[in-house]
Amino acid sequence: MPQLPDAHDHGHDHPHAEISQTGRPSYYEIMETAVRELLIEKRLIGPEEIRRQIEVLDSRTPALGAKVVARAWVDPEFRARLLADGRGACEELGISFYDDTGLIVLENTDKVHNLIVCTLCSCYPRPVLGLPPDWYKLKPYRARAVSEPRAVLAEFGTIIPDDVEIRVSDSTAMVRFLVLPKRPEGTEDFSEEQLADLVTRDAMIGVAPVSIETGRTSR
Amino acid sequence: MQGGANRSESLGAGIVLAAGEAPVFGPGDRVRILTRSPVGHYRVPTYLRGKTGVVEAAIEPAGVDNEEEAYGRNAGMKRHYYRIAVPMTEIWPDYAGSHRDGLHIEIFETWLERI
Repeated sequence: MPQLPDAHDHGHDHPHAEISQTGRPSYYEIMETAVRELLIEKRLIGPEEIRRQIEVLDSRTPALGAKVVARAWVDPEFRARLLADGRGACEELGISFYDDTGLIVLENTDKVHNLIVCTLCSCYPRPVLGLPPDWYKLKPYRARAVSEPRAVLAEFGTIIPDDVEIRVSDSTAMVRFLVLPKRPEGTEDFSEEQLADLVTRDAMIGVAPVSIETGRTSR
Repeated sequence: MQGGANRSESLGAGIVLAAGEAPVFGPGDRVRILTRSPVGHYRVPTYLRGKTGVVEAAIEPAGVDNEEEAYGRNAGMKRHYYRIAVPMTEIWPDYAGSHRDGLHIEIFETWLERI
């Protein structure tokens, strides 16, 4: 191990790997760069718009979806509107649909368990959940969620009894899906904020239930 | 399912709709997803082509057909699309799981035939 200079003093003594991109950019990375530079050169879009769109994406996180779910749990009329028109109900709460997608909210019950996937690419309810997890975009999940959903769910630790119907929704063009999980038992006295803290991203994709034990943050 | 479905009062007793204005299929209709392989951009997964299912709902409002949109041909190209339910056992003959399990997907009208 090389001797580190004394100035490098933050509690450990291993050498840092250089933070850099190794290897050549891929075909699609080169294409994206070329198209982006052309669009800017032709003044169809500006760097400011690209930066702003990244800010739009960064402002969307599963915490938004969790608030929608918690509101639906405590407000039956909101829940009815959410199930009838997912986008309209989210817009009521100030969540905009910048990508002009529709939203269908799928309710889990004692008889039905919903799971969402996009076999073609990575369609995801980004306006309410932000960016999808990496596994959601990879082929094993995309292929297996529609062919052996029970095995996939079991790998997430979610065992669905045989008398519960599994509905896998494959997102394609216009509409995105959001799962409304079951409200866990023992939360009758919880406030809306406490409920929202229990709702995880995975629960709104449908790969895991919401439980008091495995909430996103501690109460 | 998406907005616009509930109008407060209908004045439409004598109104005749043009072809394509109203959805062709309704909830409960049995349909087959067509086996087509057009050149270009379309979003019907291969694993569902030729499979039969049931219409759950027409999704409102009609949407721009992305097969045309990919070529910049948007005007007048709104098409109805539907949420279709296909049993897992219809897609995968040796599906391991409840026979009630199903795959649900939105499909444009141009990819469906009545059976």
